[in-house]
Amino acid sequence: MDLTGRIFYGLVALCALGSFAWGTLAHGGEGAVFALFATLVLGGSLMCIWEKSVVRSAFCLIGTFGGTAGLFLLLGSDFLAMSQILIYVGGILALILFGVMLTPPDLSERKLPRVLAGLVAVGAGVAFVAAKVAATVDWVQAAEVAEPQHATREIGVAFLDYDQYVIAFELAAVVLTVALVAAVYVARRRKVDLVDEGGSR
Amino acid sequence: MSGTSAFLEGLKAGLGEFVPMWALWLGSALISVAIALGLISLIAMFSVWLERKVAGHIQCRYGPMYVGWHGWLQSIADGVKLLLKEDLIPRDADRVLFMLAPALVLAAIVGAMAAYPLAPGILFADIDLGLFFIIAMSSMTTIGVVMAGWASNSKWTIYGSMREAAQVVAYEIPLGVSLLVPVMVAGTLNLREASAAQADFFGMGWFMFKNPFMLPAFLLFLVAALAETKRAPFDLPEAESELVAGFMTEYSGIRWSFFFMEEYAAMFLMSAIGAVFFLGGFESPLTHLAGQLFGRDLVVVGAGPEFAFTAINWGALVYQLVAGGTLLVKSFLGIFLMMWLRWTLPRIRIDQVMTMGYKYLTPLALVCVLGAALWEAGWQALVRS
Repeated sequence: MDLTGRIFYGLVALCALGSFAWGTLAHGGEGAVFALFATLVLGGSLMCIWEKSVVRSAFCLIGTFGGTAGLFLLLGSDFLAMSQILIYVGGILALILFGVMLTPPDLSERKLPRVLAGLVAVGAGVAFVAAKVAATVDWVQAAEVAEPQHATREIGVAFLDYDQYVIAFELAAVVLTVALVAAVYVARRRKVDLVDEGGSR
Repeated sequence: MSGTSAFLEGLKAGLGEFVPMWALWLGSALISVAIALGLISLIAMFSVWLERKVAGHIQCRYGPMYVGWHGWLQSIADGVKLLLKEDLIPRDADRVLFMLAPALVLAAIVGAMAAYPLAPGILFADIDLGLFFIIAMSSMTTIGVVMAGWASNSKWTIYGSMREAAQVVAYEIPLGVSLLVPVMVAGTLNLREASAAQADFFGMGWFMFKNPFMLPAFLLFLVAALAETKRAPFDLPEAESELVAGFMTEYSGIRWSFFFMEEYAAMFLMSAIGAVFFLGGFESPLTHLAGQLFGRDLVVVGAGPEFAFTAINWGALVYQLVAGGTLLVKSFLGIFLMMWLRWTLPRIRIDQVMTMGYKYLTPLALVCVLGAALWEAGWQALVRS
């Protein structure tokens, strides 16, 4: 590992220790667990950006997804937490890795203007969402909301109740199916291509 | 509340305000993890011995015979050997990921073990979403396998891990969908409650017999579970005869044995899920008899103001042992079935694996769910009218 890498990981570890100590002192056990998960989320995403190898970046996302699942658990929403692990870690991350491994590595230098443009775009998005959240959420009240119990049943009822989200839910499912079929159609090799390949050899 | 935390509550009641709350919490978590790890090692050791004996007898030989009676100590000897073996890390491997991968795989399966009920009243954690939790955690092992394959930096391991990723993503769908059928009948994802719902008909009211779509769903589950646990005829990620040892090629010693512990623990958990959601779980005529004789009391150790050990409910203990033993026997019968299939069927090709998963198993599982839902709805309408 080179010097900058050491400094980066040292800083991440320091921040993790600091947040852990602060969380424990301020809020006891719950604070410590929150600090752990928050560190996993933030540290995982920071390392994902930092690592030069794409596969390593993808593995760093385990921390991000797992930490998010932990935060859901802390909020009392166990169904969301387990869906997060099942879908993101078990499914989407496996597919990302699959895609990354099939792609030849791009070892060229990253262009500064493109990096800057990306940073500006992401920063603007994050700032917009943060401003929205800060403007709408009533923090004092949010701290007093009781933990939701048996959220799973409510989610199920809400998805299947005619008055609530059943149409949106079914529409989303149809859109996903259409997208999947379309992706298969686009990715499929035509018979003509196969004949060409066979003929040239 | 888990069994250990109930035990520690009793301990705290005995010791008064001497023990702080966070120590209890941490202690119960640590004890549970230790028990789960011990259980996984025991299951792995017994299953390795069983696999060698089953393989031997199917091929008309004895298998291990020298270390202990019929070689029952062979696994312990092998475990000592694996502990003492040199821990090799290839020079060109990605060291961090290479060391992380076996730990991730084992951690995921230890986490999944948390939802396994040892007995109706002896649990690590009474999770309402138990089934979902087990499937979610065991899907995490895929990432560990892919990590191992990539970090080893060898073509065999990469092939193995690519196959694993493709295979597991494909078979997670029929696995989950076929399990929806018993979940619909049970109305719960909690393993303990699903098992308790099958206690009628002298302990033979298994979900298997409650709906005509249950048998095809069980067969689909069996095939998908074989693919999920990468057992033959779906052992393409390891494929000894073509990929050396697949994703484990570069591993040795204790790290290698972590992968084996994961494989056997995953087999055990899948068999346990099948036993609970299709084959009655804790319930059998024997459990019914024990329940009639000793009562179905759930609390074994009294958690009163006196010291925790003083009030043991012996009748409840016998009932718990019979019920837990029933589930254990059913799970190991599932493992035996998997081994039997391994030494009977040849391995299938990766394109056949994909074709079967996407083109046949997934639509069939969806048809099963639809049929079972219609049957349940019709049956409930009949009951109401």
